[in-house]
Amino acid sequence: MISKNIPDIDYLYPGHVACPGCGAAIAMKFALKVLGEKTVVVIPACCWGVISGAYPQTSLKVPILHATFATAGATASGVRASLDMQGDSETTVMAWAGDGGTFDIGFQSLSGAVERNENFIYVCYDNEAYMNTGVQRSSSTPYGTQTTTTPGRSWKKTHKKNIVEALAAHRIPYAATANIAFPEDMNRKFTRAKDMKQGVRFIHVFAACPTGWNIPSEMSVKISRLAVQSNVFPLYEVIDGTAYTLNFTGGKPVKDYMKVQGRFKHLTDDDLEDIQGMVDRDFALLQTKVQSTSVSSPTQETASRRSGGVKPV
Amino acid sequence: MKQVMEGSHAASEAVRLAKVQVISAYPITPQTHIVEALAEYCENGTMDARFLCVESEHSALAAVISASTMGVRTFTATSSHGLALMHELLHWASGARLPIVMAEVNRALGPGWNIWADQTDSLAQRDTGWIQFYCEDGQEVFDTTLHAFRLAEWVNLPVMVIQDAFFLSHTLEPVDIPDQKQVDQFLPPFSSGVKLDTEKPCNMGQLTPPSIYMEMRQHIQMAMEQVSSCYSEVEKEFSALFDRQYGPVEPVACEDAEVILVVSGTIAGTCRSVISDLRSKGEKPGMLKIKMFRPFPADFVRRAVRAAKKVAVIDRNISFGAGGIFCQEVKSALYNMDPHPPVFGYIAGLGGRDVTPDSLEAIYWKTKKGDLLKGESTWVETQEVELKN
Repeated sequence: MISKNIPDIDYLYPGHVACPGCGAAIAMKFALKVLGEKTVVVIPACCWGVISGAYPQTSLKVPILHATFATAGATASGVRASLDMQGDSETTVMAWAGDGGTFDIGFQSLSGAVERNENFIYVCYDNEAYMNTGVQRSSSTPYGTQTTTTPGRSWKKTHKKNIVEALAAHRIPYAATANIAFPEDMNRKFTRAKDMKQGVRFIHVFAACPTGWNIPSEMSVKISRLAVQSNVFPLYEVIDGTAYTLNFTGGKPVKDYMKVQGRFKHLTDDDLEDIQGMVDRDFALLQTKVQSTSVSSPTQETASRRSGGVKPV
Repeated sequence: MKQVMEGSHAASEAVRLAKVQVISAYPITPQTHIVEALAEYCENGTMDARFLCVESEHSALAAVISASTMGVRTFTATSSHGLALMHELLHWASGARLPIVMAEVNRALGPGWNIWADQTDSLAQRDTGWIQFYCEDGQEVFDTTLHAFRLAEWVNLPVMVIQDAFFLSHTLEPVDIPDQKQVDQFLPPFSSGVKLDTEKPCNMGQLTPPSIYMEMRQHIQMAMEQVSSCYSEVEKEFSALFDRQYGPVEPVACEDAEVILVVSGTIAGTCRSVISDLRSKGEKPGMLKIKMFRPFPADFVRRAVRAAKKVAVIDRNISFGAGGIFCQEVKSALYNMDPHPPVFGYIAGLGGRDVTPDSLEAIYWKTKKGDLLKGESTWVETQEVELKN
């Protein structure tokens, strides 16, 4: 179902080579609907390096510059500098990286770009493991997950890195989470990021991966929605690293989200209870930040007014 | 106008006059003076350029790669560990056929930490598809940096302009710096043939199957094979304006030489005086300075040493398990020439150790009197080190 608030125009060609139900393909479709044709997309090594098409094809109607795995932040900086030197301030630069290229190998480059206050949008489409290479764990892989490098009883025993908090600590002008099951919310966040026209704007998009998560492809959007509804992946925004806005408060139990996924099927009821506790504590901490920063923040009011309440599709 | 300056500033003056538009670099001794001067020029308006102070050399080259792809003239500078960290991007820059120019200050790699002259850093990057020039003095650094932009933009390959740490980078010498108008005559504004553009969207650097990847690599080799003749044209034009010419190699007194010393970088300056001293004593030494290392000017080397009785290659670098790197290339160039003189390899001056006139004279005598070496190379002036189990 496409809401009437989402632009009709598409910049993603049919026939791209993403897996059926790929959250990363859906995310790109929505992102470009907002950013439009005056956009240069920078893609380091990741699933999208393949989805974008093999030579001599392309799956996007906007230019794509592929970059080495660790360099999305630096590459986008160079594109922006080059456009600026040619007097082009209109074109939007968007770095588009997976969780490996953002949380792990590309983190230094991203951190440097944010610290320099470069002018581009950085999107991490997060499928919570190295999916393109065959489902190896990343630092974005959540506690409890089985991957090909955390197999059997060696399932991941450490927490997912909180990338938005790490960037908030940089005092990044805008950081937001988004989810393919909440297109209107995503649309608003991309619009806001585009309109800011300065600083690095970071959007962390939850992108389900049927192949890596061992879920049916038709469940991709539904499971992504459950991640928000169970507070596993809260939708929120942070302005200047300090002013927090929460866009959705869920109430479903975490097990509703986890039990439908093959990557968590080994977890016992006790494990799920532990994870419920972790999610509750993380969400409570987020709520504390929202309560302590939202009152005095005019930007936050604008955000709430514009959001008009978030509804999943 | 002649000015007294360091080799570092000879590089930055050329970059200023080349009207580079995007510079990105990360500081490393002994490259810092180059980029400090450029940061100053960007700040005070002497240059209309963007200077990106990134958080690593890896990011520095990534940023100039993308800036160049978008259609502006770019520059970076590094040394030693910084160049090693760039390794992945060095391949990317040439694979993307980008005319990036880099100043590289030859410095040793650790451990132990050593900031002094040693060519192993840049020679270890010989297979990355970059054109490499080794310079002898400040004037050559300045001139070659200007050549580099013309050449890079002609053949669509990146160029490294290399100078020795401290012996050149921090040594004050007179350098003739022309005015902007003269440089503009030699180097027109950058116009990129292929660039990424929202008006004509395309996919650059994407997944490339075996059916076409190999041809792309062949094209890089074909471009490399054109470098020698293109460089000769570039030098001809430069010489018409500035009356200075270098060539990919420079033979000195090679015509009747019995022993030819093959050198590069600042050792060439020392070698010139050794050759003239030995000549005044009735000896017949020659010198072959190799300036262009990639593409390797094999034809020029063959022509220069054809008549010599012996060739001694002095390497301020080492490929462990093989020997000196210039020596390997010279041997390889001579292999199919029949007959060819025997080649003696000498490893000298690693990690900034002085290579003095006495060192070079000793090499000359050892080569003249000696038989072909048993090993691949002779280590010059090393101390006896006791090996303990």
